[in-house]
Amino acid sequence: MNELDPQAERMRIIRGRNRVFGVLLVGFAVLIFAISIAKMA
Amino acid sequence: MPAEWRDFFALTKPRVMSLVIFTGLCGLLAAPDTIHPVLAFTAILCIAVGAGGAAALNQWWEADLDAGMKRTAARPLPAGRMDRTSARDFGIGLSVGSVLLMGVAIGWLAAAILAVSIVYYAVIYTIWLKPRTPQNIVIGGGAGAFPPLIGWVAATGDITAMPVILFAIIFMWTPPHFWALALFVKTDYAKVGIPMMPVVAGETSTRRQILAYAVLLLPLSALPWFIGGTGAVYGITALVLSTVFLLFSLRVGLRRRVSDDDTMKPEKQLFAYSIIYLFALFAALVADHWLIQGAIA
Repeated sequence: MNELDPQAERMRIIRGRNRVFGVLLVGFAVLIFAISIAKMA
Repeated sequence: MPAEWRDFFALTKPRVMSLVIFTGLCGLLAAPDTIHPVLAFTAILCIAVGAGGAAALNQWWEADLDAGMKRTAARPLPAGRMDRTSARDFGIGLSVGSVLLMGVAIGWLAAAILAVSIVYYAVIYTIWLKPRTPQNIVIGGGAGAFPPLIGWVAATGDITAMPVILFAIIFMWTPPHFWALALFVKTDYAKVGIPMMPVVAGETSTRRQILAYAVLLLPLSALPWFIGGTGAVYGITALVLSTVFLLFSLRVGLRRRVSDDDTMKPEKQLFAYSIIYLFALFAALVADHWLIQGAIA
């Protein structure tokens, strides 16, 4: 079985988390924008 | 090692969340008033995120208990894939964020009920009732009954008899649903000292109580029809679904475990049907509302 380098594994996890966090942040910004438009309508 | 994003997602109990989202959405769609689709989406998102936050706080508090039960031992905290502080902060963040967004975007009455539902689940049920009384699921079941009420209030800004009845239906549905599960995972609860009804009062008493709740659920589920809040489509569907629920409960209520090797098939069937029951009942509520609206239009 291949042993994973802990540092590489750590970086992989952090990259994955950052990617998801970024997507959620963009989604949240879009949602706030859409809410503003909806409340004005 | 930091926790993966998948573990944070698992902390929100996505499977439980699906029922929360569905009943919340049905409450919103069955309400007499309509709101902008973006606001409706936001309301449901807040209900889902709030439920996820409460679930994370539940797992933060119960990490040690979860480690002792086969069903929950693989969760991120007991499995050692996440530290407790991260779970607690994640839960608080989701809870506070969902309430604030609900308040700003939808209204503060809906936000207040959402806040109460989170505190109800994370504090009253998880911390206070669950380790102390076999009635934990009866009173604590109220936490899962909030979503249709919140959805309705998000659409109307008002609390009337109908959303309170929807709350009562889920409240009454929870004990037979959960005790059916507790009957076939009894050993696990006993091992970690959780006073679930089958552990404390015994199987016979639990089976009788399941039956009692199923009997009460039958007229209660049709109450929206009786008070004129829905049409016959919902009313008849509710009576049929609840009668079947009662029949499944009768099989559980009137039987005894034959041996330690008992596969508990009727209990498992009741548990599975109870989930289908709630989905179908609330789907009928929305279908009925749309049919009446269509007829008026």
